[in-house]
Amino acid sequence: MFDTAKDAFVAFEHVQKSYDGETLVVKDLNLQIGQGEFLTMLGPSGSGKTTCLMMLAGFETATHGEILLQGRPINNIPPHKRGIGMVFQNYALFPHMSVAENLAFPLEVRGMGKSEREGKIKRALDMVQMGDFGGRRPAQLSGGQQQRIALARALVFEPELVLMDEPLGALDKQLREHMQFEITNLAHRLGITTVYVTHDQTEALTMSDRVAVFDDGRIQQLDPPDVLYEQPQNSFVAQFIGENNTLSGVVTKISGDRCVVKLDSGDEIDARPVNVSAVGDRTTVSIRPERVEMDKRRLSPDAHTLKGEVLEFIYMGDIFRTRLRVAGSEDFIIKTRNAPDQKRLTPGTQIEIGWLPEDCRALDA
Amino acid sequence: MARANSRLLKTNTSDGDRMSDTTNSGPMLAADGTPLKTSLARALRRQKLRALMLIAPLLAFVVLTFVVPIGSMLFRSVENQIVSGTLPETVEALDAWHGQDDTLPDETVFQALFFDLFRAAEAKEHTKLGSRLNYERTGLSSMFRTTGRGIDDIGEVFQDWLEDADPAFKDGITWYEMLSGTGGEDLIQERRALWANMVGEGFAGDIGFTLSGEIAALLPQTAAAYSDWAIYTAVADEDVVSEEDPWEAVYAALALDLARPETAFALTSYTGVGARPLANAIAALPSLPQIDFRAAFIEENDGWGNIENWQTIKIYSPDYTTGYFLNAIDMEKGLEGVNARPENQQLYIKLFVRTMIMSLIITGSCIFLGYPVAWLLANLPVRSANVLMILVLLPFWTSLLVRTSAWKVLLQQQGVINDILVWLGFVDDANRLILMNNSTGTIIAMTHILLPFMILPLYSVMKTIPPSYLRAAKSLGATNWTAFWRVYFPQSVPGIGAGSILVFILAIGYYITPEIVGGTDGVFISNRIAYHISSSLNWGLAAALGSILLALVLALYWLYDRIVGIDNVKLGG
Repeated sequence: MFDTAKDAFVAFEHVQKSYDGETLVVKDLNLQIGQGEFLTMLGPSGSGKTTCLMMLAGFETATHGEILLQGRPINNIPPHKRGIGMVFQNYALFPHMSVAENLAFPLEVRGMGKSEREGKIKRALDMVQMGDFGGRRPAQLSGGQQQRIALARALVFEPELVLMDEPLGALDKQLREHMQFEITNLAHRLGITTVYVTHDQTEALTMSDRVAVFDDGRIQQLDPPDVLYEQPQNSFVAQFIGENNTLSGVVTKISGDRCVVKLDSGDEIDARPVNVSAVGDRTTVSIRPERVEMDKRRLSPDAHTLKGEVLEFIYMGDIFRTRLRVAGSEDFIIKTRNAPDQKRLTPGTQIEIGWLPEDCRALDA
Repeated sequence: MARANSRLLKTNTSDGDRMSDTTNSGPMLAADGTPLKTSLARALRRQKLRALMLIAPLLAFVVLTFVVPIGSMLFRSVENQIVSGTLPETVEALDAWHGQDDTLPDETVFQALFFDLFRAAEAKEHTKLGSRLNYERTGLSSMFRTTGRGIDDIGEVFQDWLEDADPAFKDGITWYEMLSGTGGEDLIQERRALWANMVGEGFAGDIGFTLSGEIAALLPQTAAAYSDWAIYTAVADEDVVSEEDPWEAVYAALALDLARPETAFALTSYTGVGARPLANAIAALPSLPQIDFRAAFIEENDGWGNIENWQTIKIYSPDYTTGYFLNAIDMEKGLEGVNARPENQQLYIKLFVRTMIMSLIITGSCIFLGYPVAWLLANLPVRSANVLMILVLLPFWTSLLVRTSAWKVLLQQQGVINDILVWLGFVDDANRLILMNNSTGTIIAMTHILLPFMILPLYSVMKTIPPSYLRAAKSLGATNWTAFWRVYFPQSVPGIGAGSILVFILAIGYYITPEIVGGTDGVFISNRIAYHISSSLNWGLAAALGSILLALVLALYWLYDRIVGIDNVKLGG
């Protein structure tokens, strides 16, 4: 995507981080972020994503490697000189200051005059639709309102880069979805580069231009959301992003983008080889629940099918979720749309299932 | 249920719009018709009772050992019954005297004083009164003591005269028979009450003597004086009244009675017991020495001729006095109101001010020294913070006395600190620093001793300030100092408030440390209170000083609440 790290807006070059001198929390991180991009660092807790964010903000120093901002190394620049806006997990609104004073703070420390300050504060508050709340104390605001103020404060001094550390974690579901939409809109409208840290994969998928999936101190996959979901590069990413059925077995035949996997139960299935290379490799195949087909007519005549027994049927409104026993696994899930002609399966029913080979990815074991 | 129904019915008929009685403007009703508040109170009563039972032992303990003694101690700061209790009749007679025109009280006052003081001297109460009045005017103590010793002599003149007039008066039995009878019970009760007031005991019980009402009407002063003697002899000395000779005061009383012209006339028709000796005494009246108690008292002690002594007695004669409080703020009562004490007697205002100022300095140094430590405690990793915490708490586990004595070793002129300074060459050997027996010593030692009381509340408040605030401030462009001063410090103010209140209130009442290292310049008001409690025994003044200190602390607390707000004080999360 970028020819050199110098072209990128933000670049991590072989960055390592260790707290205790014994284990690496971040292992050889290389990442380039483009100007105006919305990049999400996604991963379970302890995967190193927040450490990366803190190194970028300047609160942690990299043990090895270099972090570049607009081509300049920033390892030795203290946080207050980096000019990076940041939104914290608990908002970190100063409780002893009013909303307007909170917003004035970054402008004041930059020595900005009063009239200029007031204009900017008003614009920033209007931007997050909180124009009337300047005189309130943070404690008098709801969680969503505090979130908006935190966002306005991070943006009021017009940084080109904004970091967000799980900013929506404390909000309820509905508000979270609404704020996801607002934050992405705002970021794109203002053209600012955003690095967003979350452990919520839905949030990552809906908001980002690209998602970096972290695990064990490394980026496991860095791709746009659709690629990430549909073409996971390894079983960790497949498991972590979205719901996923996994079956394990051994590759028995491989030719181009098709392979046959013999499952541990003895059944054979079709799959697309992703990171298996030879016959005899152990593999975990991954199939999305919504890509499982119950209608044989939609499959090719020679496709392999599996027998399944319905264990549970869950009505979820827009979709049905059916749990099956398939090839020895008891939590094989099928998701079907709640359409007028959709069958509702009762527990105990025996059915036959299959899938298109390209939807079933043979990943590492 | 019936009540609820009738109520519902009434509401419905009176106002058709109302759907139920809950919309009525009256009190909310529970399902059974009782007011909801009553119902709730009943439901909570068990809980409240149980809670009360849990704290009952502590409550009883606190009330018995804390509230009651402190209350009675504070009461002493206004209580002044000793003057009217010891000299009841003098105080009454002094009512008519105003002391304005530089004349001494008249003869009736001195007469009353004679009988009052005689009783007091017999019961050894006059010295207590002397000490009490000596707080207000020096010299009064010795005046009462010497007069108490010589008061018998004043009465002896009359005894000699009476015994010359009729030798029967030498015999106690003559007196006993003459005054015995019935009808004088009221007077006996009255005199008992006077004794009880003075000595503080009941003076109840049989005295083996009943007063004749006839004699009491005829010779009122004699009857009173004899009753006094009889009660004291029977109850306090536990002797038999009929077998003892009465006090000189009784002779004096009889002389006074006989000297009144109407007595001589009345006695002509008296035929009861003792009519003969009385008639003989009447006959001897021309040889009665001149009755001048004033001169007699002044002869005993010329203090009685000093009008200011009398003014003092008059000023402090009411049962309750503001005198102790005035004394505690370097004022005194005069006849025409309140004046400042002479410069050389002023002490307490200076001490109060010094106590306040030094407590403020100590609180300030505790903030200055404790804040960084609390910051470290709150921000270090747990393991190192625990070690530091132990160091902070270590002084708590050492006796206060030991720590203060250790400071004595460190601070004295030949002590460790001076030695080190001299060795390092900072201080000349001839000019060693005086670090002790002055306010410097008190401030140093007390800052050290009270430091944990500042650090702990500060720490617990700082612990609740998330580090993300500082990070947020820095990410917004603030330097380390600005982030601290504008964001962290304001949030730690409640901790400073809590610590300051603790340290200041502890410091203002501190006693041991100033006593040991304070010398004369470094003592606090509490040292003076302790002095009055244990050495000068002026408990009233000690109580007044203590009450002022308590009021001062409460006033400061109130002020603090107004300025900072007591909600802003946090001792922890």
